[in-house]
Amino acid sequence: MSLLTTRGLTRRYAGLIAVDHVDLDIPEGGIHAVIGPNGAGKTTLFNLISGLVMPSEGSITFAGTDVSTLPSFRRASLGMARTFQNIRIFGAMTVLENVLTGMHPALHAGLASVIFRLPSFRIEERQAVARARAALDLVGLTSRAGEPASALAYGDQRRLEIARAIGPQPRLLLLDEPAAGMNPAETIALADLVRTIAKTGVTVILVEHDMGFVMGLSDSVAVLNFGRRIFTGTPAAVRSDPAVVEAYLGARLAAKLKAQHDAQ
Amino acid sequence: MTIPDWLDDFLWTYQNLIHDLGINGLLALAMYVVLAVGQLSLGQAAFMGLGAYSSALLTLKLKLPFLIVLPASCVVPILFALAIGVPTLRLSGVYLAIATIGLGEVLRAVYINVDLFGGALGINGIPESAETWMIFGLLAAATVALWLVGRSYIGRAMEAMREDATAAAAMGVNVARYQLAALVTSAMLAGLAGALSAHVSSFIGPNEYGFDRAVTILSFALLGGIGNPFAPVAGAWFLTLLPEAMRDLPEVRLALNGIIIVLIVLFLPRGLLGWRMKRRAA
Amino acid sequence: MLAQQLANGVLLGATYALFALGFTLMFGVLRVINLTYGFYFSAGAFLSLALTKGLGLGIWTALPIAAIGAGVIAVVIDFLLLTRLRRRPTAELDSLMATLGGVLALYAVMTAWLGPDIRRLPPDLISADAIVIAGLRITEAQLLILGATIVLVAALLALMRGTRLGLGIRAMAEKPDAAGLMGINIARTTALVSFLSGTLAGAGGVLIGLNFNAIEPYMGEQMMLRGFVVIIVGGLGDISGALIAGVALGIIEVLTAGYLSSGLKEAVAFSILVIVLWTRPQGLFGRAVVRRA
Repeated sequence: MSLLTTRGLTRRYAGLIAVDHVDLDIPEGGIHAVIGPNGAGKTTLFNLISGLVMPSEGSITFAGTDVSTLPSFRRASLGMARTFQNIRIFGAMTVLENVLTGMHPALHAGLASVIFRLPSFRIEERQAVARARAALDLVGLTSRAGEPASALAYGDQRRLEIARAIGPQPRLLLLDEPAAGMNPAETIALADLVRTIAKTGVTVILVEHDMGFVMGLSDSVAVLNFGRRIFTGTPAAVRSDPAVVEAYLGARLAAKLKAQHDAQ
Repeated sequence: MTIPDWLDDFLWTYQNLIHDLGINGLLALAMYVVLAVGQLSLGQAAFMGLGAYSSALLTLKLKLPFLIVLPASCVVPILFALAIGVPTLRLSGVYLAIATIGLGEVLRAVYINVDLFGGALGINGIPESAETWMIFGLLAAATVALWLVGRSYIGRAMEAMREDATAAAAMGVNVARYQLAALVTSAMLAGLAGALSAHVSSFIGPNEYGFDRAVTILSFALLGGIGNPFAPVAGAWFLTLLPEAMRDLPEVRLALNGIIIVLIVLFLPRGLLGWRMKRRAA
Repeated sequence: MLAQQLANGVLLGATYALFALGFTLMFGVLRVINLTYGFYFSAGAFLSLALTKGLGLGIWTALPIAAIGAGVIAVVIDFLLLTRLRRRPTAELDSLMATLGGVLALYAVMTAWLGPDIRRLPPDLISADAIVIAGLRITEAQLLILGATIVLVAALLALMRGTRLGLGIRAMAEKPDAAGLMGINIARTTALVSFLSGTLAGAGGVLIGLNFNAIEPYMGEQMMLRGFVVIIVGGLGDISGALIAGVALGIIEVLTAGYLSSGLKEAVAFSILVIVLWTRPQGLFGRAVVRRA
């Protein structure tokens, strides 16, 4: 069964169509990438899926539930997690507290339970901290748990954001340009981290510009251009698809390349 | 237990001041609660007035015992909070701020013009049923409760919302619900403060719950800081004790509040004492 | 009788509209709820007092000078209070708080310096005679108000639609970052908006002071509630909305005072505000952007 399905998903703004009738079928498990040239609508697509933006048309189904118009906090409760292109951690809070905020959907103790420190609250809180520490272990930030999040270097902040997202053991993890601003060494380490996360059973969808990062990592790739999905397939197939080449290089250059290729 | 005479005299002389410390502390907490979730509501003074007037009427007209009047005085403030808070949940924060600024002055016009509220003379003869220990007991309970809540997933959600509401929502925080809850809590605390205040000073008037007081309450919370619930109370105490030196100059006090607000917002947004509290209980 | 009430309402509403214009302009362009706005209103009134009483100028000279004076004051104070806050993520609420504190201090200083008593403009400034048009009694003061409002609004619209400065302002309102990149001088445009806004407030102060024959430091404060209602009903940042909502409020107020009770005017205005919040927060023309970011 498909974990995430979109049908005819469209988002219009005055004067332009950011996402144009996109159909997606993301199966459970694996790492799936969405790529495309700048302005292709990738981040808008993410925002539609995670609920930051409402669709103008079309539907989004997640784990069998129609989430098309659900607010983002509800989608989080259903098991959707995400990171942001411009890292949005809570700078004033500590590293551990940041990850703990991600556990919010799992914490249900009532007000009285909280104030009177009843066992139901204490157990929940302890479990949440344990899981948060486990997530920090996974991303390698255990030693910085008590520091303010703003004190972390950029690469570590990205890891923190990922830890915060995977803490509640979501079914779907949306990574919005996770490799942005990273040097080659950090990028390789990040790819390893994403693989490790996928092995724990989380389905990952990532949006990226860095081709090397995407190709070595993904099981399937969807290509967007001008808001439309122009191709879906394996990383190997993507490279040679004419529509994709044209989208990235422009028609003239693509034709030249083809002519060169045919001449050989 | 008998207390020594000098202490007795001291408490008697400064009774009003001591009551003010407690009541202003509660009002500061009412302000803290909304600021802590990233909202700006200036309705605490108006809610206080609603609490004061409804408690006075409940005591004098319906002759209800104070232990019933006190919680009942929260009802009307909470209703007003909902009337303004619910529609503004989905709107940008400016709308709530604007709607609450005007509330106090509008209610003042109503108090003055409707006979039930005693018109321009207000209501007097309210029995002094509120004791000092009640005021400080409630203040202590509220402060501790807010502190305990702050050290839980609720406190984390609140701080997250304040920093980045969109990211908080993506983490599963129902931002609207917490903001409404904060507003209702703020109305409750302010309403209680109003009822207590009415029942220690035995007189209430329509001019006490308007713009001036709203701004004063804001300055309590800004001066103290909102990193933890003790800070705004400290801010309230500082600003309550300060005017003792300037009792005869109300305009100076108001100007001073204004200047404090400007200086804090511009240069010291965390307030004087707003150190962050730890947000976990394990 | 009703027609007379309506006429009075329209004229009162014209002043509300004028007051709200500068207010909504500030918000629409700079995303700032500038509560010091009421102070510029009072400042304009007091400047006109000084000009007419102290220098013996006529109303036609004093009005523009006082308005411009208020505009200059606005540029200075807005610069001091707001520049620092512009970059902050919580700029909207921070500037609301800062201007809230600022206006209090300003009013207190003004009261301390000039005294809280109600003053009046010189009685011979404008004829108290009323003209009768189509059976309606309209005083010269009211005509002046109407005329001045029309002139100011027309001038504002002409500026916004027809000049490069106006284009710069509208660009800033839509996309502040892009506007900067396009070569628009943000600091200068901001100062210009402050100036325009303050001038409108100042003009409003003179006209209201003239109409009600009362000038005192806190007069701006009393207008603020009306201002809030008008700008929200009209739509935050929407100029034409503010115009219509202002006139409508004036009419409603006069009718309330006439048929219900004068003391309930504020309550009626505020109830309208709450109803609009529930039903149509995006304003009359639906142009205000209201959702949380």
